[in-house]
Amino acid sequence: MTTLPIESQKTSQIRFTLNGEETDVSFAPYKTLLEVLREDLGHTGTKHGCELGECGACAILLDGKPVLSCLVLALECGGKQVLTVEGLGENGHLHPLQDAFADLGAAQCGYCTPAILVTVKALLDQNPRPTRDQIREAISGNLCRCTGYLQIFEAVETAVLKITEQDSSAT
Amino acid sequence: MRKVRDSQTTRVDSPKANRNHLRVIGFPRRRVDARAKVTGQTRFADDIFLPRMAYCKLLRSPHPHARIRKIDTSRAAAHPGVYLVLTGKDVPIQYGILPVSQDEQALCVDHVRHVGDPVAAVIAREELTAFEALDLIDVDYEILTTISDPEEALATPEPRIHEYGEEGNIHKLVALEFGNVEQGFAEADEIFEDTFFFQGNTHLAIEQHASVAVKDPEGKLTIWSSTQTPHYLHRALAKVLEMPAAHIRVIATPNGGGFGGKSDPFNHEIVVAKAALVLDRPVKVCLTREEVFYCHRGRHPILMKFKTGVKKDGAITGMHLQTLIDGGAYGSYGVASTFYAGALQTTTYHVPRYRYQGCRAFTNKPPCGPKRGHGTPQPRFGQEVQLDKIAEKLKIDPADLRLRIVESPNTVTANFFRLGTVNLAECIRRIVKVSDWKEKFRKLPEGRGVGLACSAYLTGAGLPIYWNKMPHSGVQLKFDRSGGVSIFCGATEIGQGSDDVLAGIVAEVLGIDTFDIRLFTGDTDLGPVDLGSYSSRVTLMAGNAALQAAERGRAIIADAIAEKLDVPKERLCFAGKRVFDSAAPEEGVSFQEAVCIAEVRFGTIGTVGSYTPPKSPALYKGGGVGPSPTYSYSAAVVEVEVNPVTGWVTVPKIWIAHDIGRALNPTLARGQVEGSVYMGLGEALMEEQEFRRLPKKLSHALVHKFPSILEYKSPTSLDMPEVITELIEEPDPHGPFGAKEVGQGPLLPIMPAVANAVYDAVGVRIDEIPITPEKIMKALAEKKAGRDPRFGPSHFPHINWPEALRVPPPWEGGDGNAVNDVRRGKSRQEKEKVLAP
Repeated sequence: MTTLPIESQKTSQIRFTLNGEETDVSFAPYKTLLEVLREDLGHTGTKHGCELGECGACAILLDGKPVLSCLVLALECGGKQVLTVEGLGENGHLHPLQDAFADLGAAQCGYCTPAILVTVKALLDQNPRPTRDQIREAISGNLCRCTGYLQIFEAVETAVLKITEQDSSAT
Repeated sequence: MRKVRDSQTTRVDSPKANRNHLRVIGFPRRRVDARAKVTGQTRFADDIFLPRMAYCKLLRSPHPHARIRKIDTSRAAAHPGVYLVLTGKDVPIQYGILPVSQDEQALCVDHVRHVGDPVAAVIAREELTAFEALDLIDVDYEILTTISDPEEALATPEPRIHEYGEEGNIHKLVALEFGNVEQGFAEADEIFEDTFFFQGNTHLAIEQHASVAVKDPEGKLTIWSSTQTPHYLHRALAKVLEMPAAHIRVIATPNGGGFGGKSDPFNHEIVVAKAALVLDRPVKVCLTREEVFYCHRGRHPILMKFKTGVKKDGAITGMHLQTLIDGGAYGSYGVASTFYAGALQTTTYHVPRYRYQGCRAFTNKPPCGPKRGHGTPQPRFGQEVQLDKIAEKLKIDPADLRLRIVESPNTVTANFFRLGTVNLAECIRRIVKVSDWKEKFRKLPEGRGVGLACSAYLTGAGLPIYWNKMPHSGVQLKFDRSGGVSIFCGATEIGQGSDDVLAGIVAEVLGIDTFDIRLFTGDTDLGPVDLGSYSSRVTLMAGNAALQAAERGRAIIADAIAEKLDVPKERLCFAGKRVFDSAAPEEGVSFQEAVCIAEVRFGTIGTVGSYTPPKSPALYKGGGVGPSPTYSYSAAVVEVEVNPVTGWVTVPKIWIAHDIGRALNPTLARGQVEGSVYMGLGEALMEEQEFRRLPKKLSHALVHKFPSILEYKSPTSLDMPEVITELIEEPDPHGPFGAKEVGQGPLLPIMPAVANAVYDAVGVRIDEIPITPEKIMKALAEKKAGRDPRFGPSHFPHINWPEALRVPPPWEGGDGNAVNDVRRGKSRQEKEKVLAP
């Protein structure tokens, strides 16, 4: 019997929390988190533009922090929390960031959008009222070729207002 | 939060742009595909995973120019997990986007022309296996002389990169003269001669090109691909695979950015299609970022010389433009690009006499093609910087100079382009006002400056890429008993919002919501042909087709409801998902009921619409490139700060006015303007597709200097300035609801406005794009030494131009034909064989 190519050898296994759900996955040991998410778990919402850590399109949240999933080995993620764009909405409703991005033209082709959304979510988790400059800084590693970024900034600011209103009406 | 926003839009409308009667068009709204995009559900080509899918990788030439003596694929074919190895002999038929440049092969048979040219393909069970097997293919190359730039191409006729073209390594020569330019120069008070260079740059769409092909259960071919032009890919596949086009289905997946970079039929698309047919299983390819850089088809590097004669008051008496264009290794859109580089000079300002000489040379680099603005940003840069120099010499404010010479609406230009609405003057007046131009120009402190520039762009190419008289766009509508309407159209969503344009127009006419509409677009099986997302054509052409189909559907429904309600159909109003008597609004039915009533009356309701552009008066050879139903106009002011110690340029603010006709969805229109400004700023300051020779002890190959996103610098969120957008709305009679293009035009004025602002700031002319700190420092050193304070090319080489086709302009009694064309008398159809996007 010939040896299977390495990619078919799903000899590695981890258990981690993917968008709030305990998840077991088997994969070839060399695979990045990006590849495991897209190819082994069918979570294609996370994109890639270089697979070299340059464009930012593959950003996800690992234990709440934005990281480039093309530079993270899936093997490192056992026991960790991973949030992708698929996990942003809750109870069938879009996250306020998603609503604002959709309404205000912050997504044109939409390819960089999932990574920018989760990156901004991490910013808001740390800093619920960011300034324009802090928003600029937070997504400076996410390249967008369509929008010129300005409608993205405005969408974030609009979402911040909405979240603030929701929070104050909840209390 | 800061109160002042970093960007804002103002819409300036004429009385004719009245929005009172509209309910969807002209109002900012969520685009129809927005939810899919913000939830990550938009299915891009590489998001497609099919059972039994195999993966394809291409072996690419490491040499810039070589003959293939022998390829041995036996070791790769025997590698475990490899299903198939293809070489050039498996797909030998030549293809290319233009009928006149069928010079590509999906896999090179015996001649590689640039580093990255594909020579073999491996299809394997796993992508990694395919990668591994590439190393097992043995190719024996005979190295040929490398031609690295157009001047080298002119000096090196042998070896030829292609066996066709003008001669040697000259691909295309163009010489056109509209009126006696020498007489124009004789009448001038001042003559200006300036040489400029515009470096090539690339699209850098974040999505890498990807395709999935499958032999469907019936034995036909289906391919999903990140293409802007599914119809042209369809034709190329039929040709190369020698299959009936009816047995091929091309589905353009939403593009993760296009910008022109996904407009050619590509070798990887043909290869996976061939492999899927051979293997009878799905085959996917996704290019690496490095491969995308070698696919290219981006901005042509152009060396250009402008000679312009002017009167003391600024009136242009004559203009002569020469271009030397670096085409790279294949034709691509290059013949069209060569004409485009000389086409639009006459569309902004009145140029009574004009001569254009263009030369595109083959070089051993990735082929150049269409990038946002296609062939026109380079000469626009030269023209607008030269105008700045002219204004200074004539002691006229550059804004005032332009206002004196702007072209009039509904004019036929010297080169026989028929202009529609022209609101360039209004654009200039707006930005002068909102930017406080008069208080800033030549008045800011040393190191700070403002620059102004203008531009025009076509709203869709007036002629298709291959000669035919059929419509450029078609739309079918299906009216459902549910009250829903389905739109079927070949138009391709590349992020610009083409789906939303179609849905918005149909919703407006039928009085329903865009959310009531389903879209089936970019699919050659499902929808009628639309030529593709290029040349800023979708809003006007697919939009007009959708408008016609919707109006026909409305007429059918109106007939049935008029009868039912017993009111004249002219009185019926379609709004708020109802059809009602406008004289008695409570008298009516829901849109859903209306469709059912119409179906009872007439049977199943479906309509079609199509659009064919008006005939162009430009009948001379080459007049096929540049005509458009109407043109958009832009004017921009850029403010810069130049650090005199480092040469670093910071851009705090940009004001731009765009003559859009009407903004169908202002949110998207503004996004297109700001995205264009962003991309123009990248081109102005940092982006360059540059090549270098590896050392002799290595391969001495001509390689991309930095084929990575990290090293190919593009603006980040930290670099983006404040942008004030003014949309000038005067509906153009050619556009649906008066709309003109917005996706490309606003990019064009940015590069020259930056150059003019740098001059205002520190007094040096950078006649070369990109304007890097290094170039500014060199020019500042020249200035300090008392020499010409300038950085830019010093000469334009000698080229043996052919005799120009002489076309008398309209005001000299010209009829659009050349007086010395040997083909004169041939049919219009034959003359229009040189066609282009």
